[in-house]
Amino acid sequence: MCSSIIEVKDFTKKYGDYTAVDQISFSVEEGEIFGLLGPNGAGKTSTLECLEGLRKPDGGSIRVADLEPVSEFQKLKDVIGVQLQSASMPESITPVEAIKLFSAYHAVDPRFDLLEKFGLKEKQGSQFFELSTGQQRRLALALAIMHNPKVLFLDEPTAGLDVTTRFVLHEMMRDMQKSGTTIILATHDMAEAEQMSDRVAILLQGKIINIGTPIEITAAGAGLTKISVRTQSSELPTSKGSFPAVTHAFRLEEYQIYFSTDIGSTVSAIISYIEEKNDTLIDLRVERPSLEDRFLEITSNGVN
Amino acid sequence: MKAFLQHFSFEFLKGIRNKNLLLLNYLFPLGFYLMMGLVMVEINPAFRDNVIPAMVIFGILSASLLGIPDPLVNARENGIYRSYKINGVPSLSILLIPAITTIIHMIIVSLLITVTAPLLFDAPVPVNLFNFVLIFFAIAIASTGLSVLIGVVSKSSRMTILWSQLIFVPSMLLGGLMVPFNMLPNTAQKVAQILPSTQAMNALNGLAMGGTADFSPWGSVATLFAGGIGAFLLAIYLFSWDSRNTTRRGHPLLGLLAFLPYVIQIILTS
Repeated sequence: MCSSIIEVKDFTKKYGDYTAVDQISFSVEEGEIFGLLGPNGAGKTSTLECLEGLRKPDGGSIRVADLEPVSEFQKLKDVIGVQLQSASMPESITPVEAIKLFSAYHAVDPRFDLLEKFGLKEKQGSQFFELSTGQQRRLALALAIMHNPKVLFLDEPTAGLDVTTRFVLHEMMRDMQKSGTTIILATHDMAEAEQMSDRVAILLQGKIINIGTPIEITAAGAGLTKISVRTQSSELPTSKGSFPAVTHAFRLEEYQIYFSTDIGSTVSAIISYIEEKNDTLIDLRVERPSLEDRFLEITSNGVN
Repeated sequence: MKAFLQHFSFEFLKGIRNKNLLLLNYLFPLGFYLMMGLVMVEINPAFRDNVIPAMVIFGILSASLLGIPDPLVNARENGIYRSYKINGVPSLSILLIPAITTIIHMIIVSLLITVTAPLLFDAPVPVNLFNFVLIFFAIAIASTGLSVLIGVVSKSSRMTILWSQLIFVPSMLLGGLMVPFNMLPNTAQKVAQILPSTQAMNALNGLAMGGTADFSPWGSVATLFAGGIGAFLLAIYLFSWDSRNTTRRGHPLLGLLAFLPYVIQIILTS
């Protein structure tokens, strides 16, 4: 991770009077997994499509692998791999034919091993319309990586995938990252973004409202930590002022839930209270805010 | 070249594998040929002379006008062109390869008709085989060119059906396949001359089947080639990678320019 492979400066994309992306700037380092997050209509797809050379920006500049995506598309197509959100292939093409066809257009040897890796070996002679949604997406993934791209764009890659294939995909992403591939991951799955991304950018209404590592982004939030406590007697106080630094509290089945701005003082006070009441602690869980919590906080506020 | 061959191989197999295309490439034209041979020759023995040219042209129109445009529109609407673009498939391959593979299917059907019609229905064979083949390619190029153009300019499958039927139905009624050109009223003759099937029947009768042409048969051949090549060039010019792309190079109605050679031919023969 030493040099920028993607440089976006004051990038704008408009559709008529509607501004889908409004003067955003960011860069992605070589070998980085970069998450692009945002609610529907935030500008993720427009940004991806301009990075992929499928659309022309209306302002600013974009460089991918030192190429201008639209004017140098012929060179770009061989250094990027793209897995589109909707896996679209001719309905009568078979996985083997698709591998042969696209490898020929990329002028590389066909990677039939990917069919086995993505669990498509048994379906290699079936027509595209006979494949399940998950199988179609796996084929799209295999096609996106078969020419060993420098930059891989994944748009909702795990949507419709089962747990095993999802695991295979994440392993594949890590392997590709180790070999120097940069991955741009657009996803609605916050757990996936948090687990896989080195950095994420959160887009809202065409602007980047937060960018950084998942830890930096979550740390920049309200900082509330969730503390769930279960005791033998289940007689813990439910009011928000019952323990230090607790901002709000409620009961959820067997657990008493507290949200605290200072974990140490709240947890110490809870344990002292339990001992004082001769109660027995059964379970105590402390959960830091997740990227999803922070994402919801940001997108519901609309501002950072 | 390897990419072209892979693409060609897939598109050719698609024409057999896909049930709709199998129907339009083979089952419909061959079924119609057998039915017409059995019924029409009994009703009107003079139709025997037209069995080969009329049914070859019918097979070409069925495979092209009914078979080519809809898959092109569906591919664009479903984002298949986007997958093609990011994998380096050029627009020229997207437009030309389905046309070429469809012509291969047309050749197979035409061979079956030309070989079996004399045996089954006592139909006369072409007297000039070279001209027959030349005119076959002229109508095949004209018809596939128009079909590709319809696929490029149509916004939806419904529009595709409308545009295709605007050519296919008049071709059946006025194109000389069922009713001879010289039996049509004058006005209808002028309208009919704008149809590739009329030009093809005129050229086949005058240059390949030993009959008489109603107007310049070489003019018809030239019109078919010019119309076909023009239609392909317009299709390439008007091609867009996806339906949301607002940067199409020209208005779809520019496609009507494909009929310019036919209009010129009508003016010249008036």
